[in-house]
Amino acid sequence: MTALGDYKRERIDALAARAGQLPEGEAGLSLTRSAFRRLRRDPVAITGAVIVLVFLVVAAFAPLLAPKDPVTQYLLSEIRPGTIPGPQEGFPLGVDNLGRDLLSRLIYGSRQSLLIGVVSTVLGLVVGMALGVLAGAFGGWVDTAVMRFVDILLSIPGLLMAITISVLLGQNQYALMIAIAVVQVPIFARLLRGSMLAQRGSDYAVAARALGVKKGRIVFGHVLPNSLSPVIVQATLSLATAIIEAAALSYLGLGDPDIARPEWGAMLANAQDFLSIRPALAVWPALCIIVVALGFTLLGERLREALDPKFRR
Amino acid sequence: MQAPVLEVEDLAVRFTRRGEQPTRAVDGVSFSVAPGETIGLVGESGCGKSVTSLAIMGLLPRRGVEVTGSVRFDGNDLVDAPDHVLRGLRGADMGMVFQDPLSSLNPTVPIGTQVTEVLLEHREMSKAEARDEATRLLDRVGIPDPGRRLKEYPHQLSGGMRQRALIAMALACAPRLLIADEPTTALDVTIQAQILELLRELVVDSGTALVMITHDLGVVAGLCDRVHVMYAGKIIETADRHDLFTRPRQPYTGGLLASVPRLDSTRGAPLTPIRGSARDAIPWSEGCAFAPRCDNAQDDCLTEVSGSTVPLVPDGPGRELRCRHPLEHPSAPSGATASGAAR
Repeated sequence: MTALGDYKRERIDALAARAGQLPEGEAGLSLTRSAFRRLRRDPVAITGAVIVLVFLVVAAFAPLLAPKDPVTQYLLSEIRPGTIPGPQEGFPLGVDNLGRDLLSRLIYGSRQSLLIGVVSTVLGLVVGMALGVLAGAFGGWVDTAVMRFVDILLSIPGLLMAITISVLLGQNQYALMIAIAVVQVPIFARLLRGSMLAQRGSDYAVAARALGVKKGRIVFGHVLPNSLSPVIVQATLSLATAIIEAAALSYLGLGDPDIARPEWGAMLANAQDFLSIRPALAVWPALCIIVVALGFTLLGERLREALDPKFRR
Repeated sequence: MQAPVLEVEDLAVRFTRRGEQPTRAVDGVSFSVAPGETIGLVGESGCGKSVTSLAIMGLLPRRGVEVTGSVRFDGNDLVDAPDHVLRGLRGADMGMVFQDPLSSLNPTVPIGTQVTEVLLEHREMSKAEARDEATRLLDRVGIPDPGRRLKEYPHQLSGGMRQRALIAMALACAPRLLIADEPTTALDVTIQAQILELLRELVVDSGTALVMITHDLGVVAGLCDRVHVMYAGKIIETADRHDLFTRPRQPYTGGLLASVPRLDSTRGAPLTPIRGSARDAIPWSEGCAFAPRCDNAQDDCLTEVSGSTVPLVPDGPGRELRCRHPLEHPSAPSGATASGAAR
């Protein structure tokens, strides 16, 4: 396998190994509750949460918030080769090369970005967890088979694989979601499997066996619920990656071809021809991508620290 | 005396690792427990007492572990029993209480669910019946307001309550054998006493056979009828509780007793710990494993001098001893025979 694959594997396994460890001296609080408590006091986590929340609200209420229609062309008389109208009354961020209001397009674009991010992450989470449970619950040759498959997926660079898949599946937003989800699958699978293996040897699993509880019940009732916290953290972080990858794929022209649905990555790609005339056309969508990814990353990293006793200060 | 519930004969557990010498964690251990009887397995950390209990319950992993000898429960051998037979017995006919009550309970599931789970597994019960039974069980082990506690998570209970809950789970199906692996080690003294009292009541009331695994001689003194002292995987002395405390014969047992502070000893008198640690044991094939740490040890404690390993031999009524140079007690009438027989 490639060095990249090895690196990814190590990171995922390190995360899995930390699953479910209870911080000393907090025996009186469940892991999730004490984590939540710490998150509420953490300014960084709150910043992340606020950013995410703002974007979610914007996406949800886009039709109310957008000052103009995102596909109608305005100010066409002022657009000539070499000039694109800048910010002016009614158009706080100006218009793009086809006269569409930039602010409105950014606002509508958040819908597309978040939708692709969430759907592809959930899809990757579900499939990845299914594989992880399969490997973690059965062990033996099932484990070996599933994990070798996952290793193969991991050894392929994510973006390359996403490009390949979205080319194979054709150019539409569902292909984009599936392509990004496939990249997430091995991460979740490996993480959950490692975390389940760690929990399988735990005292309460042995205690449950000593009580004659059936194996399936031990796996799904005891081991799985205790193995989820690293997966939850990874899902939050993956949202950021998924949004960036969606933008990257759109930028490469593999995104949603429907012009009625503006998308940040596609806007960025479109803007590169006009960089010398109106760089703001590229700067704004790029900024949106960066800020929303930052929001998810801040939240995810702090969530990991809150759930992980070793990170505590 | 009634027929024993559990008979362990010549039990040996070896951990094998590819390319390495197998480790003998338990070697030729034999004992039995009758209904209503409590026996103690005593020894330092790493002497094989917990492995013995896991081997009896069939909880050791299959890979890399070799279990030989026989474990007869009601006359049926468990060592080679298939998984589903073992699973049917565990929780129903034999229960186990573990050392650390917090980590032995699933932190993400309410206590009630964990208790009813056992009932639903082994008994024909509806969910509602199981719930009522769980309430009764918690009440029986002395958890106040059991109805409310059922809905609580392990972290919301105190240490003593958690251990009570674990005992309730182990008792759910009225097992005839209960193995308690250091059940009071993680608890503070007052709670320890309560838990021990609870276990004692259990043995008296329902005639459960109890195997008490502990390193705490106080627990032994308070609870056990018969005591097996283990060292480096073998039983080195067996005696009734009273005999063991008044006339220990193995120097190791004597050392264990001497390293516990006593109220009636002179104030300021130093405790006499046993020299070295359990890691200093030599393999039994080379002689007495305890010899390197033993004050009584002489040359013939080593196999190369005496030509044989030290056997476990009868040592007076109800006693067994594995030692060539045991401690002598002037009042003991049956003293020298065993050491004579061993030579």
